[in-house]
Amino acid sequence: MQQTRTMELGTGLFVLLGIGALFFLTTQTTGRNDFDADKTFEVQARFENIGSLKTRAPVSMSGVTIGRVTDVRFDPVSLEAVVTFVIDSQYDQIPDDSDASILTAGLLGSQYIGLQPGGSSFSLEQGSEILYTQSAIVLENIIGKFLVGGRPEEDEE
Amino acid sequence: MLREILDTFLQFLRTFGAMMLFFVRVFWYSPVVLVRRLPLVIKQVYNAGALSIVIIMVSGLFVGGVLALQAFANLERFNAEDTTGIFAGFALIKEIGPVITALLFAGRAGTALASEIGLMKATDQLSAMEMMAVDPLRYVVIPRFLGGVISMPFLTAVFTTVGLAGAHIVAVEWLGVDVGAYWQQLQQALEMEDVLEGIYKSIVFGIIASLLAVWEGYNAIPTAEGVGRATTRTVVITAIAVLIFDFMITAAVSLR
Repeated sequence: MQQTRTMELGTGLFVLLGIGALFFLTTQTTGRNDFDADKTFEVQARFENIGSLKTRAPVSMSGVTIGRVTDVRFDPVSLEAVVTFVIDSQYDQIPDDSDASILTAGLLGSQYIGLQPGGSSFSLEQGSEILYTQSAIVLENIIGKFLVGGRPEEDEE
Repeated sequence: MLREILDTFLQFLRTFGAMMLFFVRVFWYSPVVLVRRLPLVIKQVYNAGALSIVIIMVSGLFVGGVLALQAFANLERFNAEDTTGIFAGFALIKEIGPVITALLFAGRAGTALASEIGLMKATDQLSAMEMMAVDPLRYVVIPRFLGGVISMPFLTAVFTTVGLAGAHIVAVEWLGVDVGAYWQQLQQALEMEDVLEGIYKSIVFGIIASLLAVWEGYNAIPTAEGVGRATTRTVVITAIAVLIFDFMITAAVSLR
């Protein structure tokens, strides 16, 4: 009888400990609380060059992360990169002529999309497309230009 | 000479085939045993899991600590000590946690399973059961297999969590990495997929380690020497299988 009780107690404690550890691992070690699929809207933007932008890269405005890149494709007709991203639906008052640029966090950090507000009275909504975009700055190109010594205004970027 | 090589090869094929048939039978009866013989399974969760918890926690603490030490020593050269958390966290959650837990499990619980079943076979307990029309597979082998399978993910989670705590103690309390930077960098870098990869691995390793242990016991030559050899083989084969599967799972996940 005593034997059974020890065993049951030990097993219960072990399983509780295991579940506690699993809970800790799944909730506390991953900080990226993802945006809920139901509470977002999808926006597209076309870029000439996206650099090394990846899916799941953050979309930020004034430095605050408001969305996440969900898809990066190449459009074979217009020969541009089409980036699809979702924005949390609480930010539904972003002017639809805002412009999107691909920025880099720090000198060698990962790339993200930064939005700068425009002045339109219409807001971005599900399926909108951002018309004003600025491509990623590719570090190698800048270094290349610097080495060759070409002045910026002579470049036909 | 050629004849001998052929014989060895055929013998190997036969053992391998018997092993596969054994695995199929174990899998086939597992759900039924889990439902009908739950007390037996719980007893084995205690044997395989609860009794392994101390070795798992102590090992986890020191493995986490040594990872933090190594990471710190190298990252310090680039003034990137703050990313110690990323290094230790990634290594523990994705690789070290599942693999070392599986190896410790093979040493602590796998050997116990193999020698217990092997000894039962050597002392004719299994034959006696068969004589009484009791299937030893369902009463002896499968509860032990299920106990291992259930214990493994929990053991891995405990190992990883304690490992993170060990890394925290070394990095933050001892080496002076900022506590905010340590956890924030870790949380920024880790994604749910990484944690899930570790959990999937622990489930796969649990199945492999438990299956091989019960197989070696069940297939042991019923003598004192045979049981001893089966116990050794359990550790060796489990270690090899776990490392190979770890490579394949990592390749499959990262080359997706």
